[in-house]
Amino acid sequence: MLTDLYIPGDSPLHRARPAWKLIGLFLFCTLVFVLSTPVVLALAFVVMALGYIRAGLSASHAFAAVRPALFVLAIIFAAQLWLDDLATATYVTLRFVVLLAAAGLVTYTTSASQFTEGLLSLLSRAPSWVPREKIALALSLVWRFIPMIRGQFEEVREAQRARGLDRNMVALLIPLIVRILKTADEVAEAIDARSLDDNPDA
Amino acid sequence: MTMTFDRVSVTRGGRDVLRDITLTLSERRIGVIGDNGSGKSTFLRLFNGLQKPDTGTVRFGETTNDLRRHVGFVFQNPDNQIVYPMVEEDLAFGLKARKLSKAETETRIAETLDTLSISHLRSRLTHELSGGEKQLVALAGVLVTQPELIVFDEPTTLLDLRNKMRFMQVLVDLAQPAVVVSHDLDLLMGFERILYIDDGQIAADGAPETVIPAYRAARL
Repeated sequence: MLTDLYIPGDSPLHRARPAWKLIGLFLFCTLVFVLSTPVVLALAFVVMALGYIRAGLSASHAFAAVRPALFVLAIIFAAQLWLDDLATATYVTLRFVVLLAAAGLVTYTTSASQFTEGLLSLLSRAPSWVPREKIALALSLVWRFIPMIRGQFEEVREAQRARGLDRNMVALLIPLIVRILKTADEVAEAIDARSLDDNPDA
Repeated sequence: MTMTFDRVSVTRGGRDVLRDITLTLSERRIGVIGDNGSGKSTFLRLFNGLQKPDTGTVRFGETTNDLRRHVGFVFQNPDNQIVYPMVEEDLAFGLKARKLSKAETETRIAETLDTLSISHLRSRLTHELSGGEKQLVALAGVLVTQPELIVFDEPTTLLDLRNKMRFMQVLVDLAQPAVVVSHDLDLLMGFERILYIDDGQIAADGAPETVIPAYRAARL
């Protein structure tokens, strides 16, 4: 789960400025894609593994970061195997695994508020029409509400299972969407209530 | 500090949700009761400007603006009020708009958590907390901004008995005046004043010993 990924700690990676971590991740991903050779991929794997060790994290943490994408990775592997050969399919899939694990490393060592700060810092030179604070808040809300929506999905599925409808997508999605929209309204109102501006749209 | 409602009405979809409410509220503990759809929640939302009156004025002391600066709002479902994934981050969110220094923000968070005896939750993920803990964190998120009045919308509805008792004690110990909308009549028995709202109007206003039995009698 996304919000479970942050693991408090005091490693250099935990202490590093979030903006630098985001820039580092961006450069890391770009290099792995642009310098498309097995040697670079192997080096990237070593760098990523050293990052996990330095942050006091284990291989199971890296696997947990990749696990949600296993299905998509399997599709990518199958597609590459069909279009090219086994070596290419393995290379392309491993490249995504390294990138996902690297992104996981950043998430493991960066709390939501640090992440938001980092993003704000990166957006500091953006034009004035870019709603920096709103982007940062939206990101924080994603962090906060993914587990909540997952919980709501589980509740709806339980309720529909009791009626024998747990394989019916309409019976699952409609109540879930209604609940999400209602929650979104209530959250927006709560954010308004906690802000200072009585006329936030003004 | 006094909250004043002067001939306040709210209309929604052509229906009068609240009609011609005139009140002066200065008691420390005020309860609001009434049936579902009677206008209680709309009435509560007027306190901090979440709902604007269509006619009439709502004043906190002498001011009709910046109600949100003075009045904190605790919602029924803390899950919808807690914005950040970690407790201390969520408390800091309420202070962002107040432009406090980092040190002052840290101090306020620590003091607020200590006041509610939940300092141990500071670094916890909010979605992992129990219902009672979430409600206290939601209250902390409001208390940290140091409002002069706090309004609660059915704060014990989602709590079990143990957490409800704990929350009732927190309410007793709260330094600020509080206005509480609730169906839980036991919760309101120790209050100084009860407003019974029926069909958008104040049907009864007085001490709990008189208003609550009248409400019960009207509904049984």
